[in-house]
Amino acid sequence: MSNAAKAAGESRKGLLASYDYLDATVDTIKKLREQGFEEITAFAPFPEHHIEHALGYTSSPVRLFTLVGGLTGAATGFAFTVFTSMDWPIVTGGKPIVAIPAYVIPAFEMTILFGALATVIGVFWHMRVPSLKGDVVYDPEFSSGRFGVYVTAPPNQMDVVRGILEEAGPSRMEDDPQGRSHG
Amino acid sequence: MATATEQERGAATHPDIRSYGEVNEDVLLMLNRPGKWWWVLLGMSIAGIGLLAFSWGNQIINGIGLSGLNTPVGWGAYITTFVFWVGIAHSGTLISAILFLFRARWRQSIYRAAEAMTVFAVMTAGLYPLIHLGRVWHAYWLFPYPNQRLLWPNFSSPLVWDVFAVTTYFTVSSLFFVMGLIPDIAAARDQAPKGTLRQKLYKLTSFGWRGTDRQWHHFGKAYLYLAALATPLVLSVHSVVSWDFAMSIVPGWHATIFAPYFVAGAIFSGVAMVITILVPIRKVFGLEKYLTTKHFDAMAKLCLVTGIIVFYAYLTEFFMAWYSGEDPERRVFWNRAFGHYWWATWIMLTCNGILPILLWFKRVRYSIPALFVISLFINIGMWFERFVIIVTSLSHEFIPFAWNVYRPSLTEMGIVIGTFGWFFFWMLLFIRLLPPVAIAEIKEVLPPPMRPKKKEVAQ
Repeated sequence: MSNAAKAAGESRKGLLASYDYLDATVDTIKKLREQGFEEITAFAPFPEHHIEHALGYTSSPVRLFTLVGGLTGAATGFAFTVFTSMDWPIVTGGKPIVAIPAYVIPAFEMTILFGALATVIGVFWHMRVPSLKGDVVYDPEFSSGRFGVYVTAPPNQMDVVRGILEEAGPSRMEDDPQGRSHG
Repeated sequence: MATATEQERGAATHPDIRSYGEVNEDVLLMLNRPGKWWWVLLGMSIAGIGLLAFSWGNQIINGIGLSGLNTPVGWGAYITTFVFWVGIAHSGTLISAILFLFRARWRQSIYRAAEAMTVFAVMTAGLYPLIHLGRVWHAYWLFPYPNQRLLWPNFSSPLVWDVFAVTTYFTVSSLFFVMGLIPDIAAARDQAPKGTLRQKLYKLTSFGWRGTDRQWHHFGKAYLYLAALATPLVLSVHSVVSWDFAMSIVPGWHATIFAPYFVAGAIFSGVAMVITILVPIRKVFGLEKYLTTKHFDAMAKLCLVTGIIVFYAYLTEFFMAWYSGEDPERRVFWNRAFGHYWWATWIMLTCNGILPILLWFKRVRYSIPALFVISLFINIGMWFERFVIIVTSLSHEFIPFAWNVYRPSLTEMGIVIGTFGWFFFWMLLFIRLLPPVAIAEIKEVLPPPMRPKKKEVAQ
């Protein structure tokens, strides 16, 4: 989000607050969004659906990757088994060369294989990992027990942001004068 | 925001864990000092790998004749152990995928170890088709690739299905395993001393994970989709393995009951193996807070259910052999129970059918030593189940003239024992290098930290 802002030539500053309590984090996010601040990144030690709800997440586009991958796998599985048996026919007792019931099994396995591979590619793409950017805001406590909220905003609105973040009693605040990428 | 029931979540499963930070400390502590017993076990595992390398190397140089395999018993200890390890693998995916879809909260503590077991068990099982090939340098013939002979594998053959099923299973379970590890490796990265090799490796393998809302959101959804894919996969893999047998007309193999019977047996043996592995880990690393007796109770119940299905399948097989009126079928089953391999059959029936009756008793399910001993017997029993199915049927087919007895050779025994070393070698490295209990997922079932009530901020 701030990447787009930077491209438009607007300057940004950032602020990172760490919280010990889940409800403090969720309240802060809700207040920020009520005041019109949408450039928010929340940190959590585990997938916490209250934070996702507060940020207004619904569905993930990863499911499209899964669907397309699975369908590609099914099509590939059937096409490949049919092609190979026509390419070198093994005639056995006058039975059909193309034995669809038997090919369901390799096709099924390839559905799962392609679907899983596509899901992993999709999720890595959307999670933006692997990311080797060193220049990001982070607090090592986020993988342990703390929640975090990182906000970027134009410099003249930073006082409002600071007010909202401090209201919920953060255990740590960190200024980010450059307003770095949300990653 | 958080309801009363949510405040209490975790209280039922992990009453002794006080904070999120404590989980990181306890689990990551396991990665620090391996201790003397770890080295002893690693030494034994490496010795096992040595035995495997020697026996297999000897067989590669001198030929498959070093095994006891001969007409009519062309499948013996190798295929038995292949099916055994594929079966072991199944409970890991059951716990990580199927129980995830069923929202069984108790899986969180055990799923990481079970999933690692799945990956390593498939790696072990995957060795056996190669060992069994004899001319292992032709293994790539199993895969469909364009070649100058213009030949393709026969996709109507269950053995080719098996290649697809097992390679897909290995790929998908590894992806599942690695995906789940990313946040926990990030936790290990954050805790490791800066600048050490360990920290750098964790940094690299955590792929720059920061636990942002975007990452967790897509991660959670992708995990669900992978679980939805892995669930039919795990049921299909052992079905396909069973069809290696059921698609032929050998008496004792040609039965429609085989697919569900094998899947139940796979989960039965796999859960038993999870118990076998987790009991010592719990003891050595003092994980009583994480793996409570309730977890073992739940695993024992899973064993009990699948054990009943397996025992029922045994009885059905015997009944159907008699009821079918088919002479070869009847003779194979009579021979199973009272013929040359009667002892193997009775080991199977005792360990898998009779002994698990003890699991009906709550006192047994809550006793860790009792469960450990029962799980060992189930492991043994399930190996013999596959031995009985494979060997007794092949040694006693249609024509009495062709009947013969198979006895595993020293080479086969060396390889079978050696692959246990190979499996436990990977398990031990895993315990030492990667968080063996899922740090992030445990936190999902713990009560979230909330502000003290009186400090409620008025809007």
